[in-house]
Amino acid sequence: MTVIQVDGVTRRFGDVVALDDVSIDVGPGELVGLLGPNGAGKSTLLSLVNGQRKPDSGTVRLLGGDPRDAASRIGLGVTPQETGLPATLRVSEVVDFVAGHFPDRVPTADLLEQFGLTEMARRQTGALSGGQKRRLAVALSLVGKPRVLLLDEPTTGLDVGARQALWEAVRGYHAGGGTVLLTSHYLEEVQALAQRVVVIDQGMVRADAALDVILRRVALRQVVLTCDTDLSAWPGVVRTGTGPAVPAGADGGARQTLFTADADALVRDLVLADVHFRDLEVRGASLEEAFAEMVDPDASLEGAGR
Amino acid sequence: MTTAPQSPAAAPTSGGLVTPLRMTWLHLRFQFLESVRIPMAVIGNMLFPALAMAFFVVPQQEVAQNPLWATTAVAGLAMFAVCSASLFSFGLGVAEDRQLPFDPYVRTLPAGPGPRMAARIVNSAIFAVLGLLPLIVVAWLFTAATVTVLQLLAGIAVILVALVPFVLLGMAIGYSMPAKAALAVVQVVLFPLAFAGGLFLPPMMFPAWLDAISKLTPTRAARDLLDQALTGTTPYAGAWLVLLGWTVVFAVLAVGAYRRDEGRRFR
Repeated sequence: MTVIQVDGVTRRFGDVVALDDVSIDVGPGELVGLLGPNGAGKSTLLSLVNGQRKPDSGTVRLLGGDPRDAASRIGLGVTPQETGLPATLRVSEVVDFVAGHFPDRVPTADLLEQFGLTEMARRQTGALSGGQKRRLAVALSLVGKPRVLLLDEPTTGLDVGARQALWEAVRGYHAGGGTVLLTSHYLEEVQALAQRVVVIDQGMVRADAALDVILRRVALRQVVLTCDTDLSAWPGVVRTGTGPAVPAGADGGARQTLFTADADALVRDLVLADVHFRDLEVRGASLEEAFAEMVDPDASLEGAGR
Repeated sequence: MTTAPQSPAAAPTSGGLVTPLRMTWLHLRFQFLESVRIPMAVIGNMLFPALAMAFFVVPQQEVAQNPLWATTAVAGLAMFAVCSASLFSFGLGVAEDRQLPFDPYVRTLPAGPGPRMAARIVNSAIFAVLGLLPLIVVAWLFTAATVTVLQLLAGIAVILVALVPFVLLGMAIGYSMPAKAALAVVQVVLFPLAFAGGLFLPPMMFPAWLDAISKLTPTRAARDLLDQALTGTTPYAGAWLVLLGWTVVFAVLAVGAYRRDEGRRFR
């Protein structure tokens, strides 16, 4: 049975089309990363899957049922936003409240121990640090022994140690047979966890493939150099970008920004081909820059391997 | 943090939804805890009816020393306090809760609107009764208001029934609009309802046309039923029908507003 089934879903907010004919299926045991820049529609999609909102058209099924029905959500685990915990309630009270909704639950003491929150059980959630709140949020998503876990930006703003620890918890859950759909605008996070990646931008699915396939397409490097030859059609150059506007030098060379999957190979090629360039800079492309390739209507989606 | 894998239920869980009664209890405990963790709000809520009594009724000796008038005045104030607390704390409370990120999260838990609303009503009832205690003490010490224990219990029972439509109306407002708008609407709704319902001035002083309108309001129905319980007067015919009718109407509005609500509409 498909765990999450999103079929031809469109959702508007006023004039803004948040999701435009989106279809995604997630099968049991999959760990899918939903990757996209802020405002791409990731959170809207999750809010349709968790039953908070209704699609304008299309269908959403969760564990075979309508997510708007409470009974369909018994197998669903969701993280609250860390800022959203009821500040005056104690940690154990919040855990018990959430756990009380589920027929089968993890004992509070076990859950708090797993997430290193045992000493915090009697503290009010408002007294927790940011990292502790985030750990509690993820712990809450697991308290009902869910079959599917929705994680919305689970580690945004966490330090490296806390992030690693949460990743371990998600991996542990997945290793036990759980299905996970997580959103992130960090490539690194999706890379660390997901097996399959769905890239979403401006409400549309731009790509849906195995992690390594997506990585090859979005993990671009940026090569900036000044050269009098136009290098935009050079083999390995996925696309050119608008670099910092630098006036042409005395030799008439133009500043060019090239996006490529393999910066080393490109530079080697240029050197071997005896192309004259100067002021070489190589740096990673941000996710937004990488997405521009998929979003650009002129760029062929199959063009990444050029 | 240890990383013992949390074993997800690989096989479908045998259990279904938690029973509505247990769910209501769960939400009630949660809401009650949230309410009492801010003691000033609780204390203010408890003292407001008693203070109103001390300022507006006790100084008017001809009312305060007339057993029947004093009892009626206490009943009116009690009803107003309960309406006001239900509309404000719970109508507005819903609107404010909706602006917190925890509310959309709670809506993803496997529970429908029923238990949450039932819990709100019961929570409202608990604080209504708590708010009545100081009022009753002030009335007992400083006015001639008299009731038997049986009348007092009957009066409290009527108040508990009568507050339901106001909590529901508050929720219908709270789920339909942002907190600032809800505050304005609650104020606009509360005072005319209270006045037309005869909670400030006895309806005997109303002209006929106002009296006719008054009898259609839930506040008037509640007031007269409370008066009956406390002083043995006969309420106008149809008082129960009006009160229960509004309860149904507001329940439908509240459930409709809840279902339409999809949280804040920002993007």
